Amino acid sequence: MTNLFPSIVSRPQSSNIMNILVPIIAIILTLITGAIIFSLMGFNAFFALHIFFISPISSAYGISELLVKATPLALIAVGLAFCFKNNIYNIGAEGQLTMGAIFGGGIGIYFHDTNSFWLLPLMIIGGAIGGAVWAMIPALLKNKFNTNEILTSLMLVYVALLILDYLVVGPWRDPEGYSFPKTRPFSDSGRMPLLFEGLRIHIGLIITLILVFISWFVFAKTIFGFQLKVSGFSPIAARYAGFNQKILIYIAFGICGAFAGIAGLAEVSGPIGLLYRDISPNYGFTAIIVAFLGRLHPLGIIFASLIIALTYLGAEDAQLFMQIPAAVGFLFQGLVLFYLLGADFLVKYKLEFKKSK
Amino acid sequence: MNESLIEFNNITKKFPRVIANNKVSFNINKSSVHALLGENGAGKSTLVKVLYGLLDSDEGHINFNNEILNITSPSDARKKGIGMVFQHFSLFESLTVRDNLILGIDENISYSELRQQLEDISSKYNLPLDLEAPITSLSAGEKQRVEIVRILLQDPQLLIMDEPTSVLTPQEVQTLFKTLNALVKEGRTILYITHKLEEVITLCNEVTIMRNGEVIDSCSTENQTAKSLATKMLGERLDELQTDYTHINDFINFKASKISCSFADPFFTDLKNISFEVKEGEIFGIAGVAGNGQSELMDILIGENCTIDSGEIIFKKTNIESFNPQKRRDLSIAFVPENRLGHSAVPELTLSENILLSQFPNNNFSNHGILNNNFIEDYAKEVINNFNVVTPGSDAKASSLSGGNLQKFVIGREISSNPKLLIISHPTWGIDAGAEYSIRQSLINLAKNGTSIIVLSQDVDELIEITHRMAVIYDGSLSESFITKEIDITKLGLLMGGKND
Repeated sequence: MTNLFPSIVSRPQSSNIMNILVPIIAIILTLITGAIIFSLMGFNAFFALHIFFISPISSAYGISELLVKATPLALIAVGLAFCFKNNIYNIGAEGQLTMGAIFGGGIGIYFHDTNSFWLLPLMIIGGAIGGAVWAMIPALLKNKFNTNEILTSLMLVYVALLILDYLVVGPWRDPEGYSFPKTRPFSDSGRMPLLFEGLRIHIGLIITLILVFISWFVFAKTIFGFQLKVSGFSPIAARYAGFNQKILIYIAFGICGAFAGIAGLAEVSGPIGLLYRDISPNYGFTAIIVAFLGRLHPLGIIFASLIIALTYLGAEDAQLFMQIPAAVGFLFQGLVLFYLLGADFLVKYKLEFKKSK
Repeated sequence: MNESLIEFNNITKKFPRVIANNKVSFNINKSSVHALLGENGAGKSTLVKVLYGLLDSDEGHINFNNEILNITSPSDARKKGIGMVFQHFSLFESLTVRDNLILGIDENISYSELRQQLEDISSKYNLPLDLEAPITSLSAGEKQRVEIVRILLQDPQLLIMDEPTSVLTPQEVQTLFKTLNALVKEGRTILYITHKLEEVITLCNEVTIMRNGEVIDSCSTENQTAKSLATKMLGERLDELQTDYTHINDFINFKASKISCSFADPFFTDLKNISFEVKEGEIFGIAGVAGNGQSELMDILIGENCTIDSGEIIFKKTNIESFNPQKRRDLSIAFVPENRLGHSAVPELTLSENILLSQFPNNNFSNHGILNNNFIEDYAKEVINNFNVVTPGSDAKASSLSGGNLQKFVIGREISSNPKLLIISHPTWGIDAGAEYSIRQSLINLAKNGTSIIVLSQDVDELIEITHRMAVIYDGSLSESFITKEIDITKLGLLMGGKND
């Protein structure tokens, strides 16, 4: 007689090839599941998948839009990796992004009639400082009072959003804006230069790639990256090694906040060009999925950001051409995550149906 | 008359990468003390776990009272009459003795019934217990007594004891042996797991020796000597270690004076006025039963706890009391704490990465914060080679190594830095005899080169073997120190039991 429930047995050695194939398998399974769901809804599955995954990126404009969406996701996710590797669960990147947009955007508004080369770098620095300052609050609370950073960082998201709200309807409202809740537009030199004429993709992509590369270097090649990792795996070993864990917490939060802040500034000074209420379609939260999909590895995060960005675009197209709610994008995000974690598990463990005696 | 209670028949249990038990077959006679002797990793624990229902064997079966034993859990095993006392006590520290006893019993039982049964057991086997005492307040010997009584309440035919003397004082060992002998006299059988040879000779009737998952021999203990057993257990002869006093220099390398530290947590032992000195080239031992302040003292010596109430820690005339571990390493002080996994090594990281946990001024592991990977790699390989660490390579995860090999790696890492002072806690805890020997030898060699070594250990034999001087810690106080070769074992035992007169 075979047992109905298999036992979970860890594999002696997880296959390296399978480890690399996992994301691909997960994507194939997601597509199959998506096809089944679309069929059940009465659509031609191939047509639906084409609308969702192929047509959004079958033009130069589509690819540019994909990169526009993937850029902030990748940048925030890499910043989050600094925290997550250290076992700090900063989930307030959305707030840090907003604060970065306020600080950097504030500089842009102040110099709205200045056209000089130093304006954009100044705004980027302002964005980084804004995000980092906002991230320092949960870090400080954690170090001084041992508060749970998950709660404090999340709550600060809503504080940051309300501050932005107050600013755009109050003191920073565009005097020539017919009372719309938005600020003055930034001057041209306060905008992210476009990479290609006619496409929205901007220099933020280059900045992101550079920061991702630096992060990879820090994780793989420096004592600091090693300290983050050790302190994440085993705080006791980190204490034994003599690493200052409080400082590690400040630095991880600071880097994460700065990256999110730059991403926020890049949004407002890139595609948007001014400050208003809804500057981010939850990039700060979605980046958490991106970070874990990419296994906290910078290269993995780049791929993950492209996949998740595609679900944003696909959902928009599906809404437009198939009249189905854009929420279907979240369904695909969930499916990818589900299959990825499942495949990951099966690479490490196998199921055994044992004969019971 | 030699009727078998247990027959192991071709028990095979495979784990990823190792065969823990390979066709293990032997018999255990009724009313005997049967020793299961072997190094760590020989497969003793796996075999016992199969017997106690914690693991399922891949092949083979066990006969118990001439019937095939078919159990899937420890509670099945207890119902059949098999009880086990683990090496690490499975007691709830914050509960009282009575609550722990009640929790260990599978059937419902009233307090008065329990009291009656306890009184019977206590008087019969001389196992006095204070039912209302919380477990935390008990010594290791008393805790073990609670474990034994808990098993006896279920009237087992077979009692499995896993390394029961590892945490006991010599006096407590004597009491335990008396109890075990009384149990055997009334027809119970004891399976006694150990790696201490003398215990096999004095206590046990038969012995089964295991090595690398296989039974090497199963025989009567008559006509066996500690040496003949050791040869079977290790498969090779070992020379005796020699300690030598001639190289010790009079220069005082390390001095702890009047360290006191109190803790708010009741699970910690307050340290009281601890003073000792270590000379250059000297190995100084701190003996004592676990839980008498060793880990608290170790934290202070490493610098993981820099907040002592009073006292001074002087290394080569520098007061290092407020230095964190890294600052102490910069002065060439190396540390090996008791716990390998998660303390002196990170199980999820590779051996090369684990090298980086302790950086010394002469290491060159990094240059302005950027890792020098080739250098780290070479260092890891050197440690693996020089200290005979059995591993597929420096890129293997620390968690894939056996306890002994990981300990050799950690100690190798620290010794390779040529420290001026090495502070090491339980250097050979839970390690097989082969690794134990090589670790002790490397400590002696290190001292010969002028390094001062402080060893904290519960294993008195180990301290007597390798140290030059030693002192005993009891309830947070350290005794005066003794020259090891002139030491009186009885006095040592009394000090460890807290009787100082």
